[in-house]
Formats: sequence, C-alpha cells, structure tokens
Amino acid sequence: MTSTTCREAMREAIREAMLADDRVFLMGEDVGAYGGCFAVSKGLLDEFGPDRIRDTPLSESAFVGAGIGAAIAGLRPIVEIMTVNFSLLALDQILNNAATLRHMSGGQVGVPLVIRMTTGGGRQLAAQHSHSLEGWYGHIPGITVLVPATVDDFRGMLAPALADPDPVLIFEHALLYNAEGELSAGSIPPIDRAVVRRSGRDVTIVTYGGSLAKCLVAADQLAGRGIDAEVIDLRSLRPLDDATLLDSVARTHRAVVVDEGWRSGSISAEVSARITEHAFFDLDAPVLRVCCAEVPLPYAKHLEDAALPSVERVVAAVDEVVNVRA
Amino acid sequence: MTTVASPVPATLAPSDVELLRRMLLVRRFEERCAELYSASRIRGFLHLYIGEEAVAVGVGAALEDGDNVVATYREHGHALVRGVPAGAVMAEMFGKVEGCSRGRGGSMHLFSVDHRFYGGHGIVAGGLPVALGLALADRMRGVPRVTACFFGEGAVAEGEFHETMNLAALWTVPMLFCCENNLYAMGTALARSESDTDLTVKAASYGMPAWSVDGMDVIAVREATRRAALQARAGGGPVFLELRTYRFRAHSMYDPELYRSKDEVAVWRERDPIDAIARRLTGAALLDADALEALDAAAMEEVDAAVAFADAGTDEPLSDLTRHVYADRRGERGPEEERT
Repeated sequence: MTSTTCREAMREAIREAMLADDRVFLMGEDVGAYGGCFAVSKGLLDEFGPDRIRDTPLSESAFVGAGIGAAIAGLRPIVEIMTVNFSLLALDQILNNAATLRHMSGGQVGVPLVIRMTTGGGRQLAAQHSHSLEGWYGHIPGITVLVPATVDDFRGMLAPALADPDPVLIFEHALLYNAEGELSAGSIPPIDRAVVRRSGRDVTIVTYGGSLAKCLVAADQLAGRGIDAEVIDLRSLRPLDDATLLDSVARTHRAVVVDEGWRSGSISAEVSARITEHAFFDLDAPVLRVCCAEVPLPYAKHLEDAALPSVERVVAAVDEVVNVRA
Repeated sequence: MTTVASPVPATLAPSDVELLRRMLLVRRFEERCAELYSASRIRGFLHLYIGEEAVAVGVGAALEDGDNVVATYREHGHALVRGVPAGAVMAEMFGKVEGCSRGRGGSMHLFSVDHRFYGGHGIVAGGLPVALGLALADRMRGVPRVTACFFGEGAVAEGEFHETMNLAALWTVPMLFCCENNLYAMGTALARSESDTDLTVKAASYGMPAWSVDGMDVIAVREATRRAALQARAGGGPVFLELRTYRFRAHSMYDPELYRSKDEVAVWRERDPIDAIARRLTGAALLDADALEALDAAAMEEVDAAVAFADAGTDEPLSDLTRHVYADRRGERGPEEERT
C-alpha cells in the first residue's frame, strides 16, 4: 500500500501510458510548460518533450477535433480540457463528431480518444468554472463517461480508457486532486461497473466523483444513530451499471441519489427513473435526490456551500426515506 | 488580393480527357439524384454540386491515392472522384446496407475509409478540426501524406475555421484548406456575411500561402493544388486555396432561390466548367464530338449501373439498429452492444 494523491495518481497513469505506447500523447491548454492548470502533468514535458506533451492555444474546438482526427489516424491522444465549462466550446466536436462518426459511417470510423477535464464546485470559482455537467455528457450515446472518486480509479481508469476503441471522457472533480489515499495493489474493477464502497442494510446512497466522500461521512454519522447505509460509487455515468444499483435496492428497499449537477434533467433523475422502472415493487419509500440548487454557482462561500450537496443534506434525505413506513 | 496564383497555363495532355470523364460522371450522377429525389427514392437533404465539378475533380487529380480527404455535405462528387464506387454512393442515398456508410449517413455523410475519404460533414466548419488531426498524426509520424479539407466560404465565418487555420500553420501540418467559394452560404451572399470578402487576406494572416484560383477551370485547380500539395508534403505546412466557383442549382431541394437573380445564374452557366474543358480539349485536338458523346454515354451507363446496384440493395435488419454506436465487442456486452 502506497499513499498518494489523486493528482499524482493521474500523472503516474499518464506517464505509464506514454511509456507503454508511443502512440499516446497529451494535448491541451498549459499541459506543458505550465505543468497543467491543476499540475496534473507537471514534469511530463521534461520527460517526453513538446511533441507528446503538446501545449495548445485556447482553441477548444480545434484541439479536441484534432484529437479526434489523430485518433482516427491511429494515434491515442489524451486531450485535457481545463474545466467542464470550457468543454462547451468543443461540444460540436464531442457530440457531432467523436460520439457520432462511428455510427454515421456505418462502423468504419472509430475514435479511440480520451478526453479528461475537471468538474465540480466548492472552490469559490463562481458560475463559469464550477459546474458539474458530466450528467449532460452521460446523455450522449457513442461515448463512455467516467467519474473517478478514489486514488485507485484516478490511477487505474486511464489505461482501460485508452484501450477502448471509442471515445472516453473522464471527469475529475477538482477538489479530489489533493485528496490522499492508499493505492491498492492489483487492478481496479472494470470501468463500467459501479462499486459498493460501504455495505449497509437500511438504505442505498447512490453517488459518484466529488460527492462520494460526503456520502461516506454521512453514512458514518447515520451509523451512529443505528441507520446502516450502503454507499454505491457509480464510477461510470454511461454506461450506468443498473445491475449493481438494483441489487442493492432489492436489499435495502430505499434509495437516495446524490449528484452535484442541477436536479432537473440530471443524471440523478436517470438513476431514480431506472430504480423506479425496474425496482418499483422493491421500494418502501420514494427515491429522493440531493442535488445542486438550481442556480449558477455563486462566489460567496456561504451561498456556494448552501447550493452544493452537503453531508447534512444527505443525512436529512436518508432520514426522510428511512422514516417512511412501508 | 494578397496572393493570386496564376498557374502556368499547362499544355493539355491526352490524359487530361480523364478530367472531363470524371466531371461528366459527377454531373450525370447528380442529375439522376435530382430525378430520384423528385421520385422520392432519395430523401433527407440533397445538396447538388452541379457547376462546381472542376473543384473536386481538379483537386482530386492533384492528390495521391494515399492522401486523406475530408469534405462537406455537398460531397457526392468528391467521393466519386476519390474512387468510392458510384453504386455504393447511390445505395447510401437509398438507405441501403450496401451504401458506403451502410445507410446510416445518407447524402450528407458519405464515408469510405478504404479510400481515405473521411466524410461527409454536415456541420459547417466541423470537419476542419478533424482534418487537422489527421494531418497532425502524419506530421508526428513523418508520413508524407497530405490531407485535403473541403469547406464552403460560409465556413470562414465560423470560429472552428480560424482555430484550425491557426493551429495548422502553428504546427506546420500537411493540410490543404480547399475553400469552395460559391458566393453563397445557403442564401447569404458573401458580401452580406464577411467584413472583407477577399478570403485570401484572412487566410494569409495566419502565416500560410493563400491563393485564389478560378474554380471553373479544372486545369487551374489541378495545377494550384499540385503546387500546394508539393509544399505541404515536403513539410512546408498548410496552404489555403480559394477556389472560385458557382452552384448552378439550388442550395438543396427545398430552396426557392429568392436570394439571387436568374440573370446571375445564367451568366455563370455560360462558364460551365464541363463545356470549358471540353472546348479546350477539342481545340487541342484531344477530343472530337464522337469521343465526347462516348464519354457522356459511358457516364450515363455508370450511373444506370449505380442505380441498378442501389435498387437491388437490402435494408439493414432492425435488430442492427443500435450496432456501430460502439465498436462491436462480441461476447463482452451481448448482441446489442448498447451502453446506456
């Protein structure tokens, strides 16, 4: 067991991929000389040079599209977008090309591209650097959407993403980069599987990414009051691992979904709908959701804190579903 | 205008009859498409290239077999010129599984990786960044291949055009920016959409050669493209070619053409690029009336065969509806390959 941070884990994953396969290169804004906006790629320019640690101008659409073209041509690009809000400038390329070309060409044009970007709030960066739009991306067929929450997943998801013949988007919650953890020996579970991070009998809390830690703290607090919560880390928003969710709900009969995205039309709505569609008769209470308040994230700390899911709101939601008498 | 290419007037060679043959094939193919559209055999959007054939044929003649092409939604001619069989193109428009995109793309989204023909892009300027990436991969691997990217002058108003021009020049990728300037972005005249209608000025500002070429003259297009490809292939970076042309037909089958006069169209029709090269070949004693008739008959025959091939095509089974969204992973994800 080695202690590391999510930032170092991702850096080591990139380094390992570049050493193992000379088709792999990293491209994005300030990934080279600056060392990465979040210092993920720090030091890699010295090791691999400017051709493979490729700084780009502020041209999200062109460099994401260039990643698509290079992937079609047989390379294995990793494109870094600084934040999910900036990815909207490249949405044409991600949706109309990366996700679409294989199908529209009748299976001929595969796009084995990995796009990494930060997501999430909690840093007082206000309404153009803090949103959680990974749920939107989960709407799109043709791509895979990964949301690592642990050092193991930050370390282990990149290699299978690069091995995938289709586009994979990895959303890294910015608050997790400094999070420390023990790196497990051995490989991670398949990237399209949700994982039970804490077993429990009374209620299923479904979450991912930056909200996992909050849910685990909430579960500990609930345990002190005799409520035994199971916590599921989705790890992938597309595909969604229905089997793991439904198996848990069949045992606990209650579910709360926690998601930093806005509630309306969110990934938590999708999770809730699937539980309702497939496990309606297992449920003893309505599925509840804890989401971001429906507001562009404000700067002031007390307002931002109030907008984002918190341990307290998770605990309150669990209390509510547990108190429904079947 | 900053840089106008005045290509050396090439002496015509007997082999140049091939240019005429290709232009006739494209013309006859598209005339048939229009008929088939009226007969409801082809649906969706159908954008005809009639009048612009010298551009696709001229550029195509200057490329090598191993070069890449990325095109727009007005790309039947480009696909045919690159060697995609006319039957596979027609079958695609019939929505048949024998189509070059298995009926998933239709008229706007022709693909053939075997011919290094990477679409068929329906988002104006959306193909440019992809072409940049194809060229970047060759640059990084030292492959002497050129990527020709076609787009209309309307794309010059898009941010993706400017981002891609900048990066292509910055990274000196082997890419040809083939701007098909037919003067109208759908119905919007160039002067109503560009602050400076000299597109070579904008292009040159990115630090790449920018040449304006008579796009109704197939020889001029070929010669300029040859020069550009030579530079790009040798590592000299991208070139911008403004190919001045004109669309004789409506933008699509739904266009009543309220935005231009019949007189204007008539003036351009006088400059029909097929008539022009036929006259030159005849003048050079490389073609006579019988030979022209034979070429035209052969083109019609090829189109007939393409329609027959498409007619005999089959519908893809509905059970395959969700195939090709992801690569097939048989045994791993079950038959439907769905990832929802």
